[in-house]
Amino acid sequence: MSPREILDSMEPYFTKGGRFEKYYGLYEMVDTFIYTPADVTRGTTHVRDGNDLKRTMTFVVIATFFCILMALYNTGYQANLAMANMGLEQAQDWRRIPMMIFGYNTANPFSNLVHGALYFLPIYIVTLAVGGVWEVLFATVRGHEVNEGFLVSSMLYTLIMPPDMPLWQVALGISFGIVIGKEVFGGTGKNFLNPALTGRAFLYFAYPASISGDAVWVAVDGYTAATPLGLAANGGLDAVYAANYSWMQSFFGFEPGCLGETSTLAIFIGAAFLLYTKVASYRIMGGVFAGMVATSLLFNVIGSDTNHMFAIPWYWHLTMGGFAFGMVYMATDPVSAAMTDTGRWIFGALVGTMTVLIRVVNPAFPEGIMLAILFSNMFAPTIDYFVIQANIRRRVKRHA
Amino acid sequence: MEAYISLFIKAVFIENLALSFFLGMCTFIAVSKKISTAMGLGIAVMMVQIITVPANNLIYHALLKEDALSWMGVKGVDLSFLALLSCIGVIAALVQILEMILDKFFPALYHALGIFLPLITVNCAILAGSLFMIERDYNFPESVTYGVGSGFGWALAITVMAGVREKLKYSDIPAALQGLGITFITAGLMSLGFMAFSGIQL
Repeated sequence: MSPREILDSMEPYFTKGGRFEKYYGLYEMVDTFIYTPADVTRGTTHVRDGNDLKRTMTFVVIATFFCILMALYNTGYQANLAMANMGLEQAQDWRRIPMMIFGYNTANPFSNLVHGALYFLPIYIVTLAVGGVWEVLFATVRGHEVNEGFLVSSMLYTLIMPPDMPLWQVALGISFGIVIGKEVFGGTGKNFLNPALTGRAFLYFAYPASISGDAVWVAVDGYTAATPLGLAANGGLDAVYAANYSWMQSFFGFEPGCLGETSTLAIFIGAAFLLYTKVASYRIMGGVFAGMVATSLLFNVIGSDTNHMFAIPWYWHLTMGGFAFGMVYMATDPVSAAMTDTGRWIFGALVGTMTVLIRVVNPAFPEGIMLAILFSNMFAPTIDYFVIQANIRRRVKRHA
Repeated sequence: MEAYISLFIKAVFIENLALSFFLGMCTFIAVSKKISTAMGLGIAVMMVQIITVPANNLIYHALLKEDALSWMGVKGVDLSFLALLSCIGVIAALVQILEMILDKFFPALYHALGIFLPLITVNCAILAGSLFMIERDYNFPESVTYGVGSGFGWALAITVMAGVREKLKYSDIPAALQGLGITFITAGLMSLGFMAFSGIQL
């Protein structure tokens, strides 16, 4: 029996009048995750395009492939490197059992990949399990569907966690992101903030010790390593070079940081895919990039004797921290970003400007992209409003 | 000049009356259903703030502050305990006068602001503007800047809030949360976004 036949044979139990009628959402989720739904638009509206929510969301997950790969490799690489530096023979927790096969050699790619996976997978599994429970709970009680949007949120959420994050905090964060960030507004497409970022922002303010500072970026207990961004905030570019980080290294992503955000190259490959398939808006990405370059050039010109961040050039802003990841995967979220074409440029520019602004002038937060995107998300509807009003005025004038 | 710019930015973003101090919540939530109305109210608050904060500043420094009456030859008198009372009175009186002037000379603006002017007489954000001015001991130019900044920040917050709420019209909010419930959650999430500015030292 093919999976299709199994699903078809089960369907009568879940449709109206069936024994498990209440759990239709669950059946529908499995069915539409595996197969393309046959539903078509009814009534007078008709969109002649093969694109649907399923394809859009799946493409985003596919686009993160290289980021995941780099997340696994780099997390393991940094952990192995840290253990070599600390003189540790083996991992201090349960991870030493699977790692007995691979050893802790940074030159061995399998050792790096597997060691990274042992940190990535627990976070991802917890995210999927806890987030999934909430999704299914809301879908069952409220009678809507569980769709692929959840896979995107949970993957992006995992990729912006520090490797050392305690799992119960991961669970708490995704709960907040899914419930308060999305489900109270009615689920996918109804929210106004990016759910993954809402969850992370919640953790950021609730448990700052496990998501900022120097001890959390490398997956080995008790090992402190500053990210290049953290180094730059304290000592400028000199401190980054002094710690032996070159721009190319930062571009390829061999540096401490959140799981998936370190490699700008991997993110750009995903960006190319998203732009080619037109899933992500080039206007938003262009706007974010332009805003970031303009603001950092402005700060370069202004200069400052006491604040090292003023002098950081734009190409370092691009590769350091989560800027590239936020620009490609977070700001382009079609639900929470601006909807009009002009509005997308403005929205993007606001994200880019705010990111550099927070990084440079706010001493409390070395990284700014997360709050910049949340801040701009909330301005997006207002930006759209003014763009539409301007459009109406222009047309009235033209046809007057 | 730089000091005034940083005071303005501080009043608009870092110490936003609506989203950092949660002041003026009743109007912030009641009148944020439509962007156009919200903007009208925002502008009204800004105007009142621009007038009342400097006016209260003058009165405080000329009459109420410790030894402020020395220009009349009265020494050692401290009337600052009357500040709260005088602020409320001054705000109410000024808003009434403003309303009459607008009605007489700028009828278009008067009709645009409509019910909002008398409504914000009792808005706590307006009173807070004057009380913060006293507490932080602003001089006259500073109080003008603070009046403009805090009014503009509040107007910005309510406009953005109205934008989000117009978008949320198309959401599928659980019955129990509809109306005020979701608005409070929205305001909370918005102040999460405004946390971006917390910690900036100007």
